[in-house]
Amino acid sequence: MEDSTSPKQEKENQGLREVEGPWEEKTAASPQDPDPQSSEPLEAEQVPETGPQPRNSPPWSPQSRASTFLGDVTGQEASPPNSPPQQTSSTPPLTLAEQDLGAPLQSGRTTTRIPDAGTPLSGSLEQSSDKRESTFHLTRQSEENTFPEPQQPKPDLYGLRDPSYDTSKQKELRFDIFQEEDSNSNCDLLQSEPGASEVTPSMLEVAIHNAKAYLLRTSSKSGLNLYDHLSNVLTKILDERPDNAVDIIENISQDVKMAHFSKKLDTLQNENELLPMYEIAEMQKALFLQGNLEGADQELEEEIAEGSLPNVMEAAFYFEQAGVGLGTDETYRIFLALKQLADTHPIQRCRFWGKILGIERNYIVAEVEFREGEDEEEVEEEDVAEERDNGAIEADEDEEDEFPKAFYKAPRAIPKEESRMGANKYVYFVCNEPGRPWVKLPSVMPAQIVMARKIKKFFTGRLDAPIISYPPFPGNESNYLRAQIARISAGTHVSPLGFYQFGEEEGEEEEEVEGGRDSFEENPDFEGIQVMDLVESLSNWVHHVQHILPQGRCNWFNPVQKNEEEEEEEDEEKEEKGEDPDYIEQEVGPPLLTPISEDLEIQNMPAWTTRLSSNLIPQYAIAVLRSNLWPGAYAFSNGKKFENFYIGWGHKYSVDNYTPPVPPPVYQEYPSGPEITEMDDPSVEEEHAFRAAQEASVSAAEENEETEEDEDEDDD
Amino acid sequence: MDAESLLLSLELASGSGQGLSPDRRASLLTSLLLVKRDYRYDRVLFWGRILGIVADYYIAQGLTEDQLAPRKTLYSLNCTDWSLLPPATEEMVVQTAMVKGRFMGDPSHEYEHTELQKVNEGDKVFEEEVVVQVKEETRLVSIIDQIDKAVAIIPRGALFKTPFGPTNVNRTFEGLSLSEAKKLSSYFHFREAVDLKNKTLLEKADLDPSLDFMDSLEHDIPKGSWSIQMERGNALVVLRSLLWPGLTFYHAPRTKNYGYIYVGTGEKNLDLPFML
Repeated sequence: MEDSTSPKQEKENQGLREVEGPWEEKTAASPQDPDPQSSEPLEAEQVPETGPQPRNSPPWSPQSRASTFLGDVTGQEASPPNSPPQQTSSTPPLTLAEQDLGAPLQSGRTTTRIPDAGTPLSGSLEQSSDKRESTFHLTRQSEENTFPEPQQPKPDLYGLRDPSYDTSKQKELRFDIFQEEDSNSNCDLLQSEPGASEVTPSMLEVAIHNAKAYLLRTSSKSGLNLYDHLSNVLTKILDERPDNAVDIIENISQDVKMAHFSKKLDTLQNENELLPMYEIAEMQKALFLQGNLEGADQELEEEIAEGSLPNVMEAAFYFEQAGVGLGTDETYRIFLALKQLADTHPIQRCRFWGKILGIERNYIVAEVEFREGEDEEEVEEEDVAEERDNGAIEADEDEEDEFPKAFYKAPRAIPKEESRMGANKYVYFVCNEPGRPWVKLPSVMPAQIVMARKIKKFFTGRLDAPIISYPPFPGNESNYLRAQIARISAGTHVSPLGFYQFGEEEGEEEEEVEGGRDSFEENPDFEGIQVMDLVESLSNWVHHVQHILPQGRCNWFNPVQKNEEEEEEEDEEKEEKGEDPDYIEQEVGPPLLTPISEDLEIQNMPAWTTRLSSNLIPQYAIAVLRSNLWPGAYAFSNGKKFENFYIGWGHKYSVDNYTPPVPPPVYQEYPSGPEITEMDDPSVEEEHAFRAAQEASVSAAEENEETEEDEDEDDD
Repeated sequence: MDAESLLLSLELASGSGQGLSPDRRASLLTSLLLVKRDYRYDRVLFWGRILGIVADYYIAQGLTEDQLAPRKTLYSLNCTDWSLLPPATEEMVVQTAMVKGRFMGDPSHEYEHTELQKVNEGDKVFEEEVVVQVKEETRLVSIIDQIDKAVAIIPRGALFKTPFGPTNVNRTFEGLSLSEAKKLSSYFHFREAVDLKNKTLLEKADLDPSLDFMDSLEHDIPKGSWSIQMERGNALVVLRSLLWPGLTFYHAPRTKNYGYIYVGTGEKNLDLPFML
């Protein structure tokens, strides 16, 4: 025992000295440098015999569960050990400690004997500083080669273990901890052997080893062992130091287990998941790159810089005051995307129209006006339709007269408005996200607008998605989107009264079929309207986009009139059918620049709501208009400036639910006459009666003949 | 959204376009703190904004320790003075089912509608037209309750249930992973489970009782009433409800940020089946 205790003593001394280091600036530590080396050879022998020494720990370790351990540590840190006495009194405390194994176990954890207190304190301090280091050691228990590494990361925290100390003390200390943990779980073992320990430390060691082996046993299901798991959990807790760790210990344990498994899959899955994020970041980075500023392009730039790009950020600032907006970053990116659009296309003016939300993706819409003569020609689809119509009619005529001729003639398709007129005044570009390429939307046809009024569908976000609806929409999502944009623009683009005025008066009154004046220009003498006036009265705002007639156009198109002028064949048809009315009433809508107070109310609710952006500071507030008919349409003005914006799903508001229109009645295709009217087949009785009647008449005729013959014969 | 992370949450939810103006934001930050202190709530959520004709209602909810306990709802017209709303009852829901149209913005406004009611008078039973008046406050309460029950959502793992009963915030929730974030099944309704009992034992076998104790969005009727989108590449997942347009839920995967906000007119989109 003597032999064994002395080296242990030395070790303990080392331990004590180690412990003193942080607190006494290594005054005592320096002369002890040679010791570690001397103890190294001893360590190997003592590896199996470290049982008794760490008995210092058990007195308080069984009582210190994971949570109170920390309390322990802090408590004992506060009372720095009486280090000098420890050195001298190391021997007696050691033996005392051994003897007092049983008692401290049953008594409270606070030190019960002062001499004991010395060593337990030091031991625990050792442990405490150990424990923190053990967060690194324990995870590498299996590898006994990493002595220097774990220590280095935390030298600042505990000030100071020299790696040299640690390398030597590593094993010993680790075993301290091992034993402590073992004792945590095996306190009953220890408790049951207080007496036995003094006599047969080897049995205790054996028990401890068994316990450790049990903890190290690998689970057959998950491949983990409790030892590693507990050390990982405690490592995590000590790293993160959450509050009330005891309350969430189960969750932490679960998380550690999950983290252990999910790591292996990361290398595969992460790649795909992060790719879209990088893609879009790359695309958006391209936005931020400045365009080439070569000499030749500079002129172009100047032209463009004149007025084509609006100050989106300024408008966004005002809208933010109203509580509407996309967030500063997003708006800036959209701004850059608009600039990119302006750079690549010959654009006179462009404006950020708004954002339409969709199911899979959203649309960012830009309203663009091309420069004079620069816009591209559209394919004239409408003419093709006309020709097809005529072809069908001719085919009908060519067919023989056997078939009853159909009355039905498809109503002539109403031609779309020319570009720059009416609903096609502006061209719209959309993109899904700033950074993605802009796509031009096709011009809108009146038929599409008419149909769009009858259906209500969510946008999916893909421009080529078909619109499946009744009545069938002529086109796909890009057409539907364009039609809705046209309707929203016509319904909600407003400006303060006087901002726009009509162009110079022309000689004739233009009250013809072409509708009211459709051109306006900015009023250079506009002086602004008081914000309060703008808020209080709706008549200070006017629509500056033409209203779309029920026909689907802004300028009325008379289909009948054209019939008479063109297509003589159609004249013939018309005469034959004689059902077309000769005169279709012209559809009239409110003229341009009508104040919005004239807008129809929806169920006793005005079509617009006005607000002041801030009630607290009215002198700098702006007037905000919100449309109740098209939820999501906003307009602001601060008296001089104004802007319109839309953000929403792209549908009109209606109090009643949407009801799809009923299919029309079956059309009467041809004249009904006796030769084609259906008659019921005669029933059996009728047939019998008919036959009977026929037979009767035949027999009557025969009888008549017979009687006549008889009579003749008789006469003769 | 949590009142504590209001600014960040508003920024993340800004994709839907409707947010708050700076003065409202500023007043919310201060007033919600005071609400939390005065009413002793554990957490205060800024629920959203209901747009009315004359004024808007700003709604906040206070939660106690047990996250699934009925929440207290407060409303304000100016983001500084908050008034408690009464809890919703079945009766209220029935009453307000007949009211259509927008909110006025005045809590004492009364909606009138006539109803045919059977009145028993002695032996005779005849129908009378009764004018029923419903206060806007009642309508507000029932709409908020309906929206909460229908579309208030929470990512899986954000709350956990202890064996003792109360539901707690899961402090070790690190956010959904990207693949989970795109699935509807990783989001739960923030209310007591309704469908869970109807599940077969086979389905329940894979569930974790401490995390999966609420209904997931997968089986919502009508199918397709949620739109899931990833914004900013994969850095933000946004769910928008198509049944109650205006409800936006956002979550940044792999982080703890999540929340929902409702900014809208407070009307259910009954045309949804036609629109899908």
